[in-house]
Amino acid sequence: MTGTRREQPVDAFPTDASLDEEVLVRVDGLVKYFPVRGGGLIRRHVANVQAVDGVSLTIRRGQTLGLVGETGCGKSTLARCIAGLIPATAGKVYFEGKDITNLSRRAMQPFRREIQMIFQDPYGSLNPRRRVGAIIGDPYAVHKTAAGAERKKAVQELMERVGLNPEHFNRFPAEFSGGQRQRIGVARALALRPKLIICDEPVSALDVSIQAQVLNLLADLQADFGLSYLFIAHDLEVVRHVSNAVTVMYLGRIAESGPGDQIYEHSRHPYTSALLSAAPAADPDSAAARQRIILTGDVPSPIHPPAGCRFHPRCPKAQELCGQTEPVLETKAGDPSTHLTACHYPVEAGEILARAGRRESR
Amino acid sequence: MSVTELEFQAKAVESAPEHAIEGRSQWNLTWRRLRADRVAVASVVVILLVIAFALSAPLIASLTHHGVDQAFPNTGLDVNGSPVAPGVHGFILGTDDIGRDLLVRIAYGAQISLFVGMLTTAIATIAGVSLGLIAGYFGGLVDAILARVIDAALAFPFIVLALALAAVFHPSLSIVIGVIAFFSWAGISRIVRGQTLSLKEKEYIEAARSLGAGPWRIMFIDILPNLLGPVLVLATLYIPTAVVFEATLSFLGIGIPEPAPSWGNILSEAQTYYQIAWWYIVFPSAVLLITTLAFNLLGDGIRDAMDPRTERIFAGGKAAQRRRKRSSSKAAAAAVSAGS
Repeated sequence: MTGTRREQPVDAFPTDASLDEEVLVRVDGLVKYFPVRGGGLIRRHVANVQAVDGVSLTIRRGQTLGLVGETGCGKSTLARCIAGLIPATAGKVYFEGKDITNLSRRAMQPFRREIQMIFQDPYGSLNPRRRVGAIIGDPYAVHKTAAGAERKKAVQELMERVGLNPEHFNRFPAEFSGGQRQRIGVARALALRPKLIICDEPVSALDVSIQAQVLNLLADLQADFGLSYLFIAHDLEVVRHVSNAVTVMYLGRIAESGPGDQIYEHSRHPYTSALLSAAPAADPDSAAARQRIILTGDVPSPIHPPAGCRFHPRCPKAQELCGQTEPVLETKAGDPSTHLTACHYPVEAGEILARAGRRESR
Repeated sequence: MSVTELEFQAKAVESAPEHAIEGRSQWNLTWRRLRADRVAVASVVVILLVIAFALSAPLIASLTHHGVDQAFPNTGLDVNGSPVAPGVHGFILGTDDIGRDLLVRIAYGAQISLFVGMLTTAIATIAGVSLGLIAGYFGGLVDAILARVIDAALAFPFIVLALALAAVFHPSLSIVIGVIAFFSWAGISRIVRGQTLSLKEKEYIEAARSLGAGPWRIMFIDILPNLLGPVLVLATLYIPTAVVFEATLSFLGIGIPEPAPSWGNILSEAQTYYQIAWWYIVFPSAVLLITTLAFNLLGDGIRDAMDPRTERIFAGGKAAQRRRKRSSSKAAAAAVSAGS
């Protein structure tokens, strides 16, 4: 389904992005620190959680940017900064060339119509005390675009479009299954016909058969409405299925980014390779033949991230330089210009990484 | 089970039954449970009877030909100048110390007591919910200030304030309403604030913000419906408190001024006569007791009905229902006393 699209050359990070008509969102050096305050009467600012630390990326019109990384790497924080839900500490977010970083609520209002979110938890993201019709009609009420019978008609059309029974607009979220609830979330995000939908792990709370339905729905909607997605997930296969370009984050920074095929077939960052090797394969023969790279240790605390390359304490290829100098996100020799890697010692083709670290073969 | 079977089942779940169009809301379920609770239904009946009694006060006055402030020194008092007993000379509940019809006075007193109770509860609920929502939602400095005001209001010695106000101004209905409302909002406010603090972290609030909803819309459209349950229970329990509060103030002579009757000032006058005229103190006390008891039981019933764990409408035996109700209302009472 997305195969044909992925084959097109995808210029994920053009240098003069602001001039490019095809660029919908450009994020430039985005930083988000959460203050950590000490206990006691005067709550002194003692440290920062460096949730997102200098992330730049580009979302192109009508395409899907996949954002992967393990829990706590700053994916959701980044998404909320782009959506203007939390203020950024530094850096810029441009939407169609306009700076939308830290706008006031009123100034942000026109951009809210263009940027919508689908949330992870289909149970938590719908108000249990409001009827589904009211929830899906909320965008119209907030932006005063439709009222009364007109709104009801629009809501029922949306419900029909996302595969819900329009007769059910009078029901409560509790009367729907997880997959149906996520469809309600999709309908709500779609109501204002946005240009960008940020999907924050939209299917990770759903069971696998329902996941496919929701993913297909999202793909259909993208084709119909020319939507762009920022698709956050930790399931690499899901991201591969839907994305044109993929960005891998580790501890608040981008480790590697580029077109899907490049990331999945020719990953250069040891972290990406480790992530890919950990994904379960459907074919038992290939799963047995595969080398798994087992990372040791946990993700370091984002309050005190490691110096140099943030991945170096867990990296099977780490050398002295990695602990001293932060690697630059750049195109490595032999890669297309759109494939960027932040690593001093990128993985070479055919290199077996597991040898450097602990190995486990099954 | 094959993949196609799984998909088929998933489809079946996705296209849920189509006949049941009307959603069964939380209120709908609450109402069903409440109707099945005989104590709560009886309480509603009693409350409606008291309200009917209060509203029919002018009718009672015209039927008995006894005005509310009309004294009957010849028929209403015996040879010693003492109140006459119930049934004597057409005074159904007897008379008071100056020969006024006690039934008529209790009926008019019911008007004032219920009016004060409901109006102060309404004022306190609106103020308490609004301030609690604002404090909880905005947080920061706003919350710090409002939380201290709430603490101060709860710490205030209300009798002292009431005495001081009565000393400065003449006791009047509006002062009584003001004093009671002033001492009632803070309790509601504190609970609403706590609930708001936890509700505002929910993902659906973030969803509302991502749509562009403003703080007021989020507070009153997204958060408030989730608070209505506890607020309704609290308000039902505040009505009897306010009725007793009014009676207390009137009993102390700083409430509803004479000659207007209220249950409190009738009781206040009755305290010197109860040895020779038991009816003078028993009847007003009884209506006060029955009214407050009914409101309290109704409040308990609503609380039980709101609690999704009390699935009484689907439960089997009546004895089991009673047992469950008793234990859950005890637990709920403990929770509220711990919370307030």
